[in-house]
Amino acid sequence: MDWISIIYQALGEIISPTTAAYALATIGLGIHFGYTGLLNFGQAAFLLIGAYGYAIATLTFGAPLWAAVLTALLAAVVFALLLGVPTLRLRADYLAIVTIAAAEVMRFVVTTTGLTDITGAANGLSGYKYTFEATNPIPPGTYGFGPWRMNEYDWWVRIVGWGLVALASVVVWLLMRSPWGRVVRGIREDEDAVRSLGKRVFAYKMQALVLGGVMGAVAGIIFILPRAVQPANYGTQLTFFVWTIMLLGGAATIFGPILGSILFWVVLSLTQGLLYGAIEAGWLPFLTTTQAGQIRFIMVGLALMLLVIFRPQGILGNKKELTFSA
Amino acid sequence: MTLGHAPLFHEHHALFHEPFASRSGPRRSPTLRRMTLALLALVAGLLAVLAGPTSGPFAVPATAADYAIGGIITAEGEPVTGAIVHVTGPDGFTGDGTSEANGRWTVPVPGPGDYSVELDTGTLPSGSALREGTENPRKVTLGTTSSVNVLFPIGEDTRHTSGFGSQLLQRLASGLNFGLLIALASIGITLIFGTTGLNNFAHGELVTFGAVVTWLVAGQWGVNIFLTMVIALIAGGAFGWVQDSLLWAPLRRRGMRLVPLMIVSIGFALLMRYLIVFFIGPDTKVLNVGLGDPVVLGSVRLTEGTLVSMAISAITLVAVAFFLSRTRLGKATRAVSDNAGLAAASGIDVDRIIRIVWVMAAGLSGLAGVMLGMYTQVSWDMGSQILLLMFAATTLGGIGSAYGALLGSIIIGFVVELSTLIIPADLKYAAALLILIVVMLVRPQGILGTRERIG
Repeated sequence: MDWISIIYQALGEIISPTTAAYALATIGLGIHFGYTGLLNFGQAAFLLIGAYGYAIATLTFGAPLWAAVLTALLAAVVFALLLGVPTLRLRADYLAIVTIAAAEVMRFVVTTTGLTDITGAANGLSGYKYTFEATNPIPPGTYGFGPWRMNEYDWWVRIVGWGLVALASVVVWLLMRSPWGRVVRGIREDEDAVRSLGKRVFAYKMQALVLGGVMGAVAGIIFILPRAVQPANYGTQLTFFVWTIMLLGGAATIFGPILGSILFWVVLSLTQGLLYGAIEAGWLPFLTTTQAGQIRFIMVGLALMLLVIFRPQGILGNKKELTFSA
Repeated sequence: MTLGHAPLFHEHHALFHEPFASRSGPRRSPTLRRMTLALLALVAGLLAVLAGPTSGPFAVPATAADYAIGGIITAEGEPVTGAIVHVTGPDGFTGDGTSEANGRWTVPVPGPGDYSVELDTGTLPSGSALREGTENPRKVTLGTTSSVNVLFPIGEDTRHTSGFGSQLLQRLASGLNFGLLIALASIGITLIFGTTGLNNFAHGELVTFGAVVTWLVAGQWGVNIFLTMVIALIAGGAFGWVQDSLLWAPLRRRGMRLVPLMIVSIGFALLMRYLIVFFIGPDTKVLNVGLGDPVVLGSVRLTEGTLVSMAISAITLVAVAFFLSRTRLGKATRAVSDNAGLAAASGIDVDRIIRIVWVMAAGLSGLAGVMLGMYTQVSWDMGSQILLLMFAATTLGGIGSAYGALLGSIIIGFVVELSTLIIPADLKYAAALLILIVVMLVRPQGILGTRERIG
């Protein structure tokens, strides 16, 4: 078994763009659920909108980088408004069902063969990276050491991705110390109490939904910079991964999403590497590599259950801060 | 030893109660061990149930799915299920792919190279044929990309043609069949919601469970399909009993709130779904139960299997309605659903009723799995694919109302099938989910629901 490469692979996940994208998506979901108490089970849709908005603007309309990013963000705002108007007045678990349904509708729409010219249908999209590549100030070459050794593009994606994670974390930290943050946390604890103070609960919920959704869209862009756009990536399991990460790190915390995302991906990479290595070495003759890939989902499902049952506040969370209100 | 264990134990003790045990009973640490054991036992039980037959011929081939040839087979905009495609390639590679419920087939291949892809026209449904002039077998080259799509345009067999009117009738018949089988599974969702308040996201896996049982019992061991239905009903009910006694009942006793309970069901759904694919493999299983003879009713062509499925669904639904409205137990169930506290005060054993509801819900879902397996073939994610349709049906009818679930399911069945007359077939589920969203907007309590439920 090639221990070095397995460990390098796992350590590489610490700063990988995927980890950054999930952290960013989780920060957005943290605003929804952790701070405002909205049960958004359609975070995958915001990533999908970010990814497709960016890629389609670049490929179909030849938009420059700033315009493509702006398109993705505006699309996320519009989607959040469309989603929020009918649902934010409903009970919490109804919001969950509607958001998950809306996310699936979006996935069906981008996968339909009728839109192949625009969305690429089941094959997805690629070839949209050149505008982002053109902004790279790092001269061509290979940099870094140990597990973190890669070319200038891979570094640039990581720098931008983690820079955005840091920015989003600071924004959330500042917002939650502000009067606005106190109001949304009040909504989470007791909606009627906040309403009795004359605050427009619906408006605050909508603002939180839009803000978290926009962060999801940015995560969607980061997510597709090291890979292609594949519609199958935006199924419900993406949302469930983000939820697991959020509950792992701590829902209403600043560093929770970052810690959760890093732990999640390092552990998945490590178990995957060890299982594959053991299978190749012939130690697990009853297991195939396909099955080894499925074990990670079994682990995530089990982790999600155990977290909610035994430690819903996550690693960094405050027991008093996170109580499920419904 | 005992001292060494103590701190860990206390830590768990504290964590265990804090977050949502506000209404829980006496704080006893053994509950923690019981629950962990229960979870482990549940997983182990599933492993035991599924492990038997998989060690042999059903194990997944060890091909890394990094490179693949695939495509979608549709006829008249409808996905074609069960069509077989043969792929041959360099170094004597051969592989077969079967199109799934969405018409998609995939053959994992070892790597780049030249391949020959041939559609087995004998596996196309009767009435369709490969369009004239289509190259078959076809040569494809896998070069720089990891996957390549091969399309086989299928046209209607020229031997018979159908107008819009007969197509409409055909779709209505399919819609009724689909609606009835969704209703079988949805009544369980709505009864569980009514009695416990849980939105069970793991309900799709109960349907998959029934379908997998069917594939094993009828498909592999050749047991008669009607006997299989009884077996699936009993196996599903037993699964519901085990699930409730090991997982949901302990969580209820802890007084867990509804939202965390719902998230637990999401985790459980993931766990179940991937345990199932772990054992049966990701390919679609073709289920041939021998009821494939066509039955022509006027301009509508159905199979015997469809008719049988509709009849059994309808009889079962009538039986459930009789149970709920006429028997003591059924009345008690409705009483718990209306007001659990009041029901308990009038001497109804609420926990026992909930256990019965779980057994009934899971049993009916298992039976729905048999019907769905006959309708679309058997795959590991078939239940999760219709989960949201079931939610749409229960919401449309009015969640918590059993008759509402029936009504909503039939409407959803019609919408799914009739929508293909107007929009592409691969968007038919999206149409049903849009209805769910619209219902939320205009009448969130559903057709037969009561206002108070939406909070």
